[in-house]
Amino acid sequence: MVDSIISSRDVNIFYADKQAIFGVDMDILPNKVTAFIGPSGCGKSTFLRAINRMNDLIPICYMEGCMTIGGQDIYAPEVDVVALRAQVGMVFQKPNPFPKSIFENVAYGLRIHKMAAAKSEMDDRVEWSLKSAGLWDEVHDRLDQPGNSLSGGQQQRLCIARAIAIEPKVILMDEPCSALDPIATAVVEDLIDQLRREFTIIIVTHSMQQAARISQRTAFFHLGNLVEFNDTKTIFTNPVDERTQNYITGRIG
Amino acid sequence: MIDLSNKAGFDLAARNRAEWRFRLYGILAIAVSLLFLLTMVGNITSTASGALKRTEIAIEVDLGADNLDPDDLRAAPWGGIVKQGLRDMFPGITKRKDKKLLYKLASPEASFELEKIVTENPGLVGGVHKIWVSASDDLDLFIRGKVDPDLPEQKRRVTDDEITWIKSLENSGNIRRVINWQFLTNGDSREPEVAGILGALVGSAWSLGVCFILSFPIGIGAALYLEEFAPKNRLSDLIEVNINNLAAVPSIVFGLLGLAMFLGVMGLPRSSPLVGGMVLALMTLPTMIIAARAALKAVPPSFKEGALALGATPVQAVFHHVFPVAMPGMLTGAIIGMAQALGETAPLLMIGMVAFIVDIPTSIVQPATALPVQIFLWADAPERAFSEKTAAAIIVLLFFLIAMNLIAILLRRKLETRF
Amino acid sequence: MPSQNFDLTKHTRPKWLDRAIILLLSGFAAVAVLVTVGIVLSLIVESYEFFKRIPVREFLFGLKWSPQTAIRADQVGAEGAFGVIPLINGTLLISAIAMLVATPLGLTSAVYLSEYSSRRLRGWIKPALEILAGIPTVVYGFFAALTLAPFIRMTGGQFGLEIASESALAAGIAMGLMIVPLISSLSDDVINTVPQSLRDASYGLGATQSETIRRVILPAALPGIAGSLLLAMSRAIGETMIVLMAAGMAAKLSLNPLDAVTTITVQIVALLTGDQEFDSAKTLSAFALGLFLFMITLILNVFALGIVRKYQEQYD
Repeated sequence: MVDSIISSRDVNIFYADKQAIFGVDMDILPNKVTAFIGPSGCGKSTFLRAINRMNDLIPICYMEGCMTIGGQDIYAPEVDVVALRAQVGMVFQKPNPFPKSIFENVAYGLRIHKMAAAKSEMDDRVEWSLKSAGLWDEVHDRLDQPGNSLSGGQQQRLCIARAIAIEPKVILMDEPCSALDPIATAVVEDLIDQLRREFTIIIVTHSMQQAARISQRTAFFHLGNLVEFNDTKTIFTNPVDERTQNYITGRIG
Repeated sequence: MIDLSNKAGFDLAARNRAEWRFRLYGILAIAVSLLFLLTMVGNITSTASGALKRTEIAIEVDLGADNLDPDDLRAAPWGGIVKQGLRDMFPGITKRKDKKLLYKLASPEASFELEKIVTENPGLVGGVHKIWVSASDDLDLFIRGKVDPDLPEQKRRVTDDEITWIKSLENSGNIRRVINWQFLTNGDSREPEVAGILGALVGSAWSLGVCFILSFPIGIGAALYLEEFAPKNRLSDLIEVNINNLAAVPSIVFGLLGLAMFLGVMGLPRSSPLVGGMVLALMTLPTMIIAARAALKAVPPSFKEGALALGATPVQAVFHHVFPVAMPGMLTGAIIGMAQALGETAPLLMIGMVAFIVDIPTSIVQPATALPVQIFLWADAPERAFSEKTAAAIIVLLFFLIAMNLIAILLRRKLETRF
Repeated sequence: MPSQNFDLTKHTRPKWLDRAIILLLSGFAAVAVLVTVGIVLSLIVESYEFFKRIPVREFLFGLKWSPQTAIRADQVGAEGAFGVIPLINGTLLISAIAMLVATPLGLTSAVYLSEYSSRRLRGWIKPALEILAGIPTVVYGFFAALTLAPFIRMTGGQFGLEIASESALAAGIAMGLMIVPLISSLSDDVINTVPQSLRDASYGLGATQSETIRRVILPAALPGIAGSLLLAMSRAIGETMIVLMAAGMAAKLSLNPLDAVTTITVQIVALLTGDQEFDSAKTLSAFALGLFLFMITLILNVFALGIVRKYQEQYD
């Protein structure tokens, strides 16, 4: 039995007086890709954003219950949300490179966390990140070009490079391929599989095929409830709950 | 069969005529407004064209030792030298009254001009030289045909004798017309022929400088707070309503505030660009804040989100990623605010920037006037030549306003990033 | 224990720094509020001094305005008459002329621009109209005093009318054209927020375009248009330079647009320029006028902005 890296106990999330997540208990294993699937509005993105407290930015959103990372309650008062987000990175639905050069996009996190003292160290880390994101070969000769001059798929890999540059333990991905074409999606999916050796990855996806292709564990959300959470193979071949069965066979969704 | 062209009770022709009339009203309204604009600008431009050139008169002056001491040029009787020069050109004039009239051909400022020329060219001292100085405004008007010689003598500003003299000067090549650069390089004067706008321009520049230094950072700071950091509650609503209303407060009320607070309570120097700039800053502040907030709102929230997800603090996220992107928009708003401030007159009248000031101000605490105030002052002057100067000053003011607005537009085009 | 070691409390950046920056920025926002407080305070304090000498009733209901500076301290009636009615009369007369000029011009051009003109034409005409708003008012004043007023006087003379060289009409016309773009661009925005479905409904019944505009769009946009007219009115009441240069100083009760009248703003300038003792009733009366002006325009603005905001919410 491997210890879980993230655990939630009886997590309820509300938008004003509307409840979006109902009593979710979940244990996420390190160095695995965990996929959250479910119909639109089922709360999978909300739950994902609770893991690095991005929901804090929405004034009407609040949470009950306990969410821990490495045994520490991330909603404890002494926790610095900045330190939390430095260790739980995030990649968004739409690629959002900063309007700066490719190099600066990757270097930004390193700069604000003072993770590279010398110029050469910075160069090395940026190179390592871009290589890990599988982007180095495509951009190494134009690092000073603006980040948004890249294609959509490249931009998303740049955002991944930006996230891994500061070496988080966990990377949250909120439908990272939904704005990409199939070829770019395939490249990013390969990348995610590579990255799981070093990082724990949680990915929200609306595509069941994608979840089946890249994840080892899958959680199915429905109407704010965690219906079923198991090995991906089990979920797709032998689901326990009827709702899961209906969803993966396309009867609800 | 249904007749689509006419149906009982539907007078389509009348309705179409009404439609056509309605459309015409709109075109007429626009035409009237634009025609007014054209008339006003055209009228002012044509008036201003009279100030484009100035008339100079050549006087033979004797700079010999009888008249001046080369070591003490300041003490020389420059006025007397000019008068003597004029007398020498018309030896036939002997009567005191006629001489006085003769002297009026040259500007009262001619003696100062002569002093300046000789001081800058000391080589002239000792000889007799032909020197060009400003002619009086009446001579200038006559030369330009603005005086009707057919009117009875008492009804015009130029007498028959003067006309004879002017004609003879003209024939001997002693009158010339030159481009009036002095208008841009001189300070104010009681004599329209030498009055210039440099003092007012410098005063406006100092005031705008103070205004910008105060209102730009405060406006941007306030906008950043309200847009990015302020909790959304009744208080921030109140501040928002307050700013919108402040933008519509009559400008003269800001002048009263300046008079009571800056001059009365704080005792800052009256008539100074410092106080003028402060009043203008308070006045442009709402414009600045509103424009800066619009610029911040236009920045996609994904930049901020991306930075926060990397562990940037909210302050870091805003200053590293939102602020730089919004900067061109904020600058554009600032330039438009500055253009408004440049044209503003009423509040400056309140704090005394309305005095007759000849010297060019050299600091923000010296008494000064501003370009629009200068226009107001000259517009009140009775001399005809001053209305030409006023119009010319308006053209200069409009030139600066157009230039500022163009810069704002170009800046927006050039720096506008598409996301 | 998990193999990973998380430190969730370390600060890479001191917290006080961010707090200080936000505090500083909130201070800047407070300046905007302080300006309002400063305006209100300075107007009220000086007006209070004034009303200690001249009763509020005399100020608000007095029919005569002729502020004097006392020659002798014990002089009877040394402080002159401070009745604001003639000034209100002049202010409203000129503003009314301005609105009479600006409302039809502004509204019809707004309708034309938003309903009839092509995109390209609109792209040219709208900025051209905005130039009218960008020209400094001192320029309008100059034009009104030196060209418009003599022209009106001359034209009137041909019909045997005796017209003062400074007339409410000249100032009012110039001011009217100045506020045309204010009305047209605000009304244009308002008309554009009327939902397309209302237009479609009217066209579907066989109405012509002008019928649709007059019977459907304008009534629907009426509150917003009223708001924009109120804002324009407030602008006209607070305008200084045009009236200062073209309307004159004579405080009288007259509704004749060909008369010379004076306004609140003109009198504020007249009272405060030139030499004056800071404490005389004459000087202080300028602040009472300022307070009066501030309150009128504030009420108009709050009312107008309220209407416009409510209107916009209706179609959001």
